[in-house]
Amino acid sequence: MSKSNNELSSEFSVVGKRIPKLDAAQKAMGRAEYIQDIKLPGMLFGKILYSKYAHANIVKIDTSKAVAFPGVHAVLTGEDVPKKMKMGLIKDNPPIKKGKVCSFRDEVAAVAAISPEIAKKALGLIEIEYEELEGIFDPEKAMEKNSPLVHDHLKSNVLKMPWNIHYGDVEKAEKESAFVVEDRFTTTWVTHCCMGTSGAVALFDASENLTIYTNTQIPSLAHKDFLEALKAMGLENKRVRVIKPVIGGGFGSKLDTYAYEHIAILLAYKCHKPVKIVFDRVEEFKATSTRQPTVTYIKQGCDKNGKLTFRNMRMVLDNGGHTSWGATTPSVMLMPISSLYRVENVKYNAKCVYTNNTYSQAMRGYGNPQATFAIESSMDILAEKAGIDRIEFRRINKNRSGDETPQGLKITSCGLEECIDAVKEELKFDGKNEKGVGTGIASLIHVGGGARIYGSDGCGAILKMDDYGKVDIFTGGTDMGQGLDNITAQIVAEELGLLAEDINVVHSDTDICPWDVGAHASRSTFVAGNAALGAAKKVKKKIQDFASKLFDVPCEKIELKDKLVFVPEDKEKSMTIGKLLRKAHFRPGGTMLMAEHFYDPDNQNMGKELKGNMSMTYSFGAHGAKVKVDEETGKVEVLEYVAAHDVGRAINPLLLEGQVYGGVVMGLGYALTEEVTIKDGKIMNANFRDYKLFTAKDAVKIKAPVIETIDKDGPFGAKGIGEPGCVPTAPAIANAIYDAVGVRIKDLPITPEKVLAALKEKNG
Amino acid sequence: MTTNISFLLNGDEISYDIKDHWTLLHLLREEMGLIGTKEGCGNGECGACTVIVDKLAVNSCLYLAVEADGKTIETIEGLASTEGSLHPLQQSFVDNGGIQCGFCTPGMIMSSKALLDENPGADREEIKHALAGNICRCTGYIQIFESVEAAKEPVVENRGGQNE
Repeated sequence: MSKSNNELSSEFSVVGKRIPKLDAAQKAMGRAEYIQDIKLPGMLFGKILYSKYAHANIVKIDTSKAVAFPGVHAVLTGEDVPKKMKMGLIKDNPPIKKGKVCSFRDEVAAVAAISPEIAKKALGLIEIEYEELEGIFDPEKAMEKNSPLVHDHLKSNVLKMPWNIHYGDVEKAEKESAFVVEDRFTTTWVTHCCMGTSGAVALFDASENLTIYTNTQIPSLAHKDFLEALKAMGLENKRVRVIKPVIGGGFGSKLDTYAYEHIAILLAYKCHKPVKIVFDRVEEFKATSTRQPTVTYIKQGCDKNGKLTFRNMRMVLDNGGHTSWGATTPSVMLMPISSLYRVENVKYNAKCVYTNNTYSQAMRGYGNPQATFAIESSMDILAEKAGIDRIEFRRINKNRSGDETPQGLKITSCGLEECIDAVKEELKFDGKNEKGVGTGIASLIHVGGGARIYGSDGCGAILKMDDYGKVDIFTGGTDMGQGLDNITAQIVAEELGLLAEDINVVHSDTDICPWDVGAHASRSTFVAGNAALGAAKKVKKKIQDFASKLFDVPCEKIELKDKLVFVPEDKEKSMTIGKLLRKAHFRPGGTMLMAEHFYDPDNQNMGKELKGNMSMTYSFGAHGAKVKVDEETGKVEVLEYVAAHDVGRAINPLLLEGQVYGGVVMGLGYALTEEVTIKDGKIMNANFRDYKLFTAKDAVKIKAPVIETIDKDGPFGAKGIGEPGCVPTAPAIANAIYDAVGVRIKDLPITPEKVLAALKEKNG
Repeated sequence: MTTNISFLLNGDEISYDIKDHWTLLHLLREEMGLIGTKEGCGNGECGACTVIVDKLAVNSCLYLAVEADGKTIETIEGLASTEGSLHPLQQSFVDNGGIQCGFCTPGMIMSSKALLDENPGADREEIKHALAGNICRCTGYIQIFESVEAAKEPVVENRGGQNE
């Protein structure tokens, strides 16, 4: 399929081209600097001590031996943390706990020392007396009246969250349905497994201003969090500078600020030296947040013609001991629940429940994979009950351009049908498979034009041209390997008639770069892309204005291409853009060509009613899988995989394919192999031997047809594609397994054990 | 305990006083400042720290520095020419989308180099086998395989089927 992807968007010079990632050579040479590689003069090393119990009172802490250990500069406990220094969505999480711990990952002390080894030894010298409490690890049980309380001052383990909606009339629609199905699905903890582990280096200057190097996906929001941290420390009106080194993988893991960052700040302040905290792999597994696990009850129905009549879903989310963004994933789950396929009557209720497990965060897809697993599995079950071909069933109910869904999502460009067709074309859904082989399909809808979950969904860009035709663009957007640098450069180069290599994209420093809400919700191409395009258009206008005077022709007649500014109908009137810049600059009253642009999409906050057009546009896709199930072992082999996406326009097909392939393989892990095994709150498989990622040996053949629908609001028509690749993967696989051997697995991951047990049950 | 070891590192003769418990990864990264070799797990499970020792790809996090005495060691820093042009494998990873976040890249390229040095005509299955110990979370591996395959072809043609 890459051949046809080669032919996309051919009308442009730079947009649509397979331009290698701009920082790839630096990375290929081993010169890219990640947080692990940052070394500052006088730097100390911080280490964190975690709780020994899932749920316990801290009776006594004695740090005297650690303090006295040679090479140790500071030891912190919960007593040293300012009262108002708290993290997370509802600020229920101090960076070091005191009084009580409510999960194994709760921080109880921290050390700064002259080497990581000494810091680690000092941790071992801290003596803590605990009084163990009864833990609660099952979110459904935690909802029961007599359950132990994770937070004593709250009267219930159920968080106060607004996730309760009813559009239309579900009860009436159910009564009128010809076919109704009802099932329970579960998803478990999986984790990002960024190859570069988490870390931060904090330092204060002589005026007590903070600089923090941290691999964050949200430089501007992190900036705000750290300002609040300083305020809590009594350092009001001080400055914070967030510098983002090269990020060794994000996938949503870096959408919040964490204890290690706050602890690095506290230690650096106490020691008057830079302090570096970098996680080892075990710590990365145990002390970073997972994808939100779910228990889902779904009921949906259709009329005798196969038209969906209603969808009624209820979820219980294991919130863990503290609250990060995992508790807000229902805001995104709501999107497929209300709007994947046309369905008028929708009910959804989600309860987030405290337990003594680890707490969850954002992870690629942000709740959408969990919801889509239930919806698309149920779609197949319902199609079968109604006696309708599963592809035809999806066609009947497909979303269409111009739709407004019950949630208020306005569907503009929509290539869902083309995606379904592309999957059908690649995989034959004719039922003529050999024994044990089957095919499955599942679709997706995702935000593709920003997602308004804060007051602003904006991104700023500042663009300056030098005297030679080169551009520096300072964007609020964040690159973490996904290619925001290329997208920005290609958009700017296209607009200004330059090459991508002429554009230097700076995206790493809050002292220099404007505000952006963060690299989440597949929003960077659309929002940061539009910000860059807006700035480029302003500079282009300035170039045209200046050239208009030079050439003595109206502005509209002037074009920019191949590094030239020229009048197409008059060959004499042409010069390099660099020369024009020098003419503009080096003269009395000279000027440099610069512009800034802040783009905030015209999308809506959902508000209390949980209604509104949260994104300017939506990305669609359909995935198809062909699997072979070994009925002796239960092992599922993925023979072929097709992932078709409506991306608006492919700004860079090479990077786009990379996002899809990577997303699909992450989704396949979610479907088949990945699980953070947690027993009574304790993570049992904090390593790559026992946490089963897909390796090169397991790699699957994937085709990634690209459907271009040229969105009217996207930069050059583009929509977001960062997350969709892993959204419908699990149900595509589950549906293929059912097609192959007739067993329906409703709990992820679909391990050989589960398949075997289901086969055994089916065959008696 | 300190031991003096001598080894050939990216073509340079090196003599270094090491502590006996140091891993080769520690020596390269922390002592010699060669940050191109990455630590992804410290446990031999991810391959980010892969270097080539006497033509074999090894996890430098599990390899004691003292064992490097008398050996020939290649790291990612030694691949580009002294004029700065990329090694064909590096160029191919750049051109074919084999690099996203880039953290696994040095290890991935070193494992690929060890493979192609030994078996210049390696097919897809052999590439998969050689890279089985190098985890990548970004790419889904496909563009990495394509990178290795694209790097091997001109090498085979130029050599007219002969090994060095």
